[in-house]
Amino acid sequence: MQETEAVLNARREMEICNACRYCEGFCAVFPAVELRRDFSAGDLSYLANLCHGCRGCYYACQYAPPHEWGINVPRTLAEVRAESYVAYAWPQPLAKAFERNGVVVAVVVALSIALMLLIAMAISSPGQFFAARPMVADAFYTVVPLWAMQLVGIGTFGFSLFALWKGACNFWADAGAKQSITIAAIGIAAWDAVTLKNLGGGGDGCNDNSEAFSKRRRHLHHAMAGGFMLCFAATTVGFIYHSFLGWAAPYAFISLPVLLGTVGGVLLTIGTVGLFAMKLVEDPMPVARKLLGGDVAMLVLLAATAVTGLFLLAVRATGAMGIAMAIHLGFILALFMLLPYSKMVHGVYRSAALLRRAIERDMKPLGGE
Amino acid sequence: MPDRKQTYDVLVAGGGNAALCAAITARQAGASVLLLESAPKAFRGGNSRHTRNLRAMHDAPNAVLTDAYKEDEYWDDLLRVTGGNTNEEMARMTIRASSGVFDWMKACGVRFQPSLTGTLNLGRTNAFFLGGGKALLNAYYLTAEKLGIDILYDTEVISMNIDDGSVRSIDITYRGFPETVHARCVVASCGGFQANLEWMREFWGDAVDNFVIRGTPYNRGRVLKNLLDQGVAAIGDPTQCHAVALDARAPKFDGGITTRLDSVPYSVVVNKHGDRFYDEGEDVWPKRYAIWGRLIAQQPDQIAYSICDAKAFPLFMPSVYPAIKADSVGELAVKMKLDPAKVIATVDAYNAAVVPGQSFDNLKLDGNRTEGLAPNKTNWARTVDKGPFYGYPLRPGITFTYLSVKVNDKAQVLMENGQPAGNLFASGEIMSGNILGKGYLAGFGMTIGTVFGRIAGQEAARRARN
Repeated sequence: MQETEAVLNARREMEICNACRYCEGFCAVFPAVELRRDFSAGDLSYLANLCHGCRGCYYACQYAPPHEWGINVPRTLAEVRAESYVAYAWPQPLAKAFERNGVVVAVVVALSIALMLLIAMAISSPGQFFAARPMVADAFYTVVPLWAMQLVGIGTFGFSLFALWKGACNFWADAGAKQSITIAAIGIAAWDAVTLKNLGGGGDGCNDNSEAFSKRRRHLHHAMAGGFMLCFAATTVGFIYHSFLGWAAPYAFISLPVLLGTVGGVLLTIGTVGLFAMKLVEDPMPVARKLLGGDVAMLVLLAATAVTGLFLLAVRATGAMGIAMAIHLGFILALFMLLPYSKMVHGVYRSAALLRRAIERDMKPLGGE
Repeated sequence: MPDRKQTYDVLVAGGGNAALCAAITARQAGASVLLLESAPKAFRGGNSRHTRNLRAMHDAPNAVLTDAYKEDEYWDDLLRVTGGNTNEEMARMTIRASSGVFDWMKACGVRFQPSLTGTLNLGRTNAFFLGGGKALLNAYYLTAEKLGIDILYDTEVISMNIDDGSVRSIDITYRGFPETVHARCVVASCGGFQANLEWMREFWGDAVDNFVIRGTPYNRGRVLKNLLDQGVAAIGDPTQCHAVALDARAPKFDGGITTRLDSVPYSVVVNKHGDRFYDEGEDVWPKRYAIWGRLIAQQPDQIAYSICDAKAFPLFMPSVYPAIKADSVGELAVKMKLDPAKVIATVDAYNAAVVPGQSFDNLKLDGNRTEGLAPNKTNWARTVDKGPFYGYPLRPGITFTYLSVKVNDKAQVLMENGQPAGNLFASGEIMSGNILGKGYLAGFGMTIGTVFGRIAGQEAARRARN
């Protein structure tokens, strides 16, 4: 991380927090602050990614604006977080995608859908594209052939995973723990990541748009993340069915892949739409405005992926299947490509930050008694 | 928008902990309540915004407090810090009542946390609010709104018009415009007068220019003065207050907790002439924290300098302003605009007087002392010789003043003739001097505010409803 204005401001705020410490019961950030007196840019990046944005500290802060010190930890750390996404992106030229992330996501989505429609139409004869297909083995592959799906899917997803890994390595070199990683620490970090412990705000949840607490954000994020993982599981099971068991799609409504995908799609829709709705009414003060575009774009992309998947299931025996399939695949392609260049990276960096916190869990706070 | 023409059962002047405890209790007892907070919403809550904990008696460990802290020990602590300048009956009543406030506070949404760090070792005696005083206030305000208490911000009480021992009307400014409102009973919970520098100057002279007011700039003592001018009995020495040692670079108002310095017990502290003036190691810092403000206020130009070396630097809480750092004591003195020869002489004399041989332990009175100095340092005395050297300029930081309206144990305000006012009650800092004649116990202000706020709310509602 560079010494930017956001980093300098974060350092100023963390030094005030370290002399105050009233918020230490809210989340992992403040106990992590208390371990040090000096905050390198990497440390601040670590703290920024450790912050889950629950806003508890903003509403509890005796120095929040309009106090002259203007302490606004959720916004300040979000601004550093945004810069950290740029700093750790791989390859670096693509880091530009974070600058106007909402626009980038929208354009990639549009191009992906167009590409999928072109492929589908190029392969089908004009009359066939809108024809109802019997739901027999390999029916989907008459729209987009399996080899094309696998080539593009595995290619983009594989590249994205590699890019995320490189990003994680960049984060760790700059903002990771100095001590070695232990199995126990991995376990603790994984648990904290999956349960979103740090959206607990000390027990009663987050502050959505006022000083009142609620667990809405945590529950909606659980629905979204859980739904996403179920959809991913559906795809994986489908891949195993096809490649190892020789059972070709489409599968029955009560089959494992379809059930996983359906439940996942519904949860993903609930989570993303709910989180989007929360953004419409949230208090703008503890939020970093420049992250809003990318955040909203990713929520819409995830929601659209889920909804088009459910729609495809509904219409798969009709003439709309071809176009529904192409559009759904377009969204998935965009999602795969955007993994390392969108809000999705927060999952990687936040998990890494939780890992550092778990590694440092036995360190003693400085000062105090 | 509240109807300000109606006669409320209870009007509460103030918007901090004591005011909200009174307002919520009165509302729960069935009274209609109007609460007037002079600050804008963002700065609501008076000094409570900067607090963190409440000192509570308990006979056995509970969810928030470890071990036990019984009535007699609590009373002994209070007796010691006040030097007997207290009211035993009222103090013991407050102490006993402090053990019973948790359920009510929790029902009002207040949350507690186990004490972790930076808390001056108070986990046994003090219950810590999760997120601090502003989080506590947020919970109380949410509860007050839910219960239907009318709250006006930017609304200052100018005068409680007392006639024949009762408040007949209340003059206010509502967002700058004068109005008169009426209530059957009135609770004054609007703090001390420490932010009124002109009033402070009457007692301290120009020394106030060197004071830092740690808390809200809205506690100007307007109601206190108004009541004392109308024949309400006063109690307390107007120069007595909660005063701590602060970083001299703190803002004049509202710097809160972060500007305090915990370096004193591990330092040599000198005045502007480079002379030591008090035993820095007299007792553990929590017990001496609240006397150093007054000690510095009595030094020339109300300033002092804490000097320590690299051995001592990691022992205390990080400060909000960076330490002044130098490779030698002389250089440090120059950076702090002190006479280097004098400071070097003082530190050398101190170093020579350190009695060696004891093991150093910052968690207890370790007996490491100096011999032959006036004054000696009686604990944690180690030579100041390992560079780099660190210094902080110190000023007196005033938390709140103790000059108060006199009350009885029903929180009724007493008139100069000894009779209770008919419908006037008080809670919080504005009556703290009834119990705190001098000195301070961490978290005791919140205890007084909570206990007397609850009593005042109860009594005011009862009287208004009869």
